[in-house]
Amino acid sequence: MRGAPDSIYFLQPSSLEKALQAYGENPDSLVLAGGTDLMVAWNAGLLNNKKVLDISLIREIRGVRALKKGVLIGALTAHADIQRNAAVRRHFPLIQTACSVVGGLQIQNKGTLGGNIANASPAGDTFPVLAVYEAIVRLISRQGRRALAFMDFFEGVKKTRLLPAELIESVEIPYSRKGARRLFRKVGTRAAQAISKTVAAGLLWVGQDGTVEELRFALGSMASTVRRLVKAEKFIKGKKLHRDAVEEACRLLKDDVDPIDDVRSTREYRLQISQNILRSFLSEANYYENP
Amino acid sequence: MRIKLTINKKKRVYEGAPFKRLIDVLRENYELTGTKEGCGEGECGACTVLVDGDPVNSCLIPVAQMNGRRIETVESLGTPKSLHRLQESFLREGGAQCGICTPGMLMSAWAWISRGGSARPSEIRRALAGNLCRCTGYQHIVNSVIKIIKERKRESRTK
Ligand SMILES: Cc1cc2nc3c(=O)[nH]c(=O)nc-3n(C[C@H](O)[C@H](O)[C@H](O)COP(=O)(O)OP(=O)(O)OC[C@H]3O[C@@H](n4cnc5c(N)ncnc54)[C@H](O)[C@@H]3O)c2cc1C
Ligand code: FES
Ligand code: FES
Repeated sequence: MRGAPDSIYFLQPSSLEKALQAYGENPDSLVLAGGTDLMVAWNAGLLNNKKVLDISLIREIRGVRALKKGVLIGALTAHADIQRNAAVRRHFPLIQTACSVVGGLQIQNKGTLGGNIANASPAGDTFPVLAVYEAIVRLISRQGRRALAFMDFFEGVKKTRLLPAELIESVEIPYSRKGARRLFRKVGTRAAQAISKTVAAGLLWVGQDGTVEELRFALGSMASTVRRLVKAEKFIKGKKLHRDAVEEACRLLKDDVDPIDDVRSTREYRLQISQNILRSFLSEANYYENP
Repeated sequence: MRIKLTINKKKRVYEGAPFKRLIDVLRENYELTGTKEGCGEGECGACTVLVDGDPVNSCLIPVAQMNGRRIETVESLGTPKSLHRLQESFLREGGAQCGICTPGMLMSAWAWISRGGSARPSEIRRALAGNLCRCTGYQHIVNSVIKIIKERKRESRTK
């Protein structure tokens, strides 16, 4: 079945205040931002007779703003606009890279960061990066504002901790220490427009003497939600990146993820490729200049 | 709902359901049937049109989001009698076979070319990554685009 346009009750507030009001009065409505997730369901005829709250006209939550301690990306900022932003490119290059692999240009021009996060797909490509940058999700409703650590935002597949009639307002990315070696890697069936089999992001700080000061490593598509490799990160801290230590970190990777077999890949392949990515990231760290 | 939009340089006022998809409005209300629907899921790019110059999938846009926007479809390029040079290039280079992907491919390519995109095959392929083609194997399409970019460069040098 197709979407039947006449069956939709459509709300299109022009400001954040009006949107919160409308959402408060209609908590059963579906929020529409760029529509690149929602409209797929609509086209399949799954959303007939629903209320839709189109937030795409709200100016206040679109665009990137520089803060003292980082940048603030409005929920409605499209992936294409994030990539073009000078502050993002300079301070958070992994975000730029992640946004550049979300679908093709058509999807990047329309799809928003807020929509990507709220959709809570296990394969959201921006998630590992936001996890290692330790982003903060800012939420807003008629009742007021609150903030959640990025890792605390997700509850499960397609499930978030958003309360009824609450919107994502923005995502705050705090500056991290300079001199990190960094990694973003998406593994899909084609170079573009493919849902990830695994998607990885890493930041690594190594001291003058070669010991690891800090590792942050996150994986998507490897569990119901994005995962930080808590065990491996803890293990490698303070160690030199010798072969045995790297191998042990790769072995520990398994403890923090739980990938599945599905149409895109198998559990085994996902584990193997993720370990390979972690291994090469840690091994090469000795030889590469830190940017 | 009343929505004012510009389609291929013509000002239009749409009156009707806000949740009608842009592709259906183009094809049904304005008889611009050049824009094709392939998948209806955002995957294939056959429905690509330009909104304020940016390529987007018209199958994923409710017309209510298009108030005040400038839309360009494949009909804005050329007509059968007088083809656009990009369309001629597709013909010459074999960039079109069955043709279902072609309107969307042309629009993505035109967005790239008209903004001064480079002739590097890897970058062209990235610009066209949201457009699937089951016939040509892409190489002929990329060649069609490279030809035009190089021609335009030559012209601007001699000007
Ligand atoms: C062909 C195709 C390819 C894709 N490829 C990728 C990919 O490679 N990687 C990837 O990660 N994703 C991909 N996606 C998914 C999608 O494009 C992204 O998740 C995009 O960022 C969604 O943003 P949107 O604004 O379009 O969301 P919408 O469709 O507007 O909304 C998505 C969901 O989020 C909710 N929502 C949106 N904004 C807010 C807000 N501010 N507050 C609260 N709730 C909100 C909506 O209610 C809805 O449930 C793809 C989609 C398609 C169709
Ligand atoms: S028909 Fe719109 S992307 Fe395939
Ligand atoms: S020419 Fe047939 S799909 Fe591209």
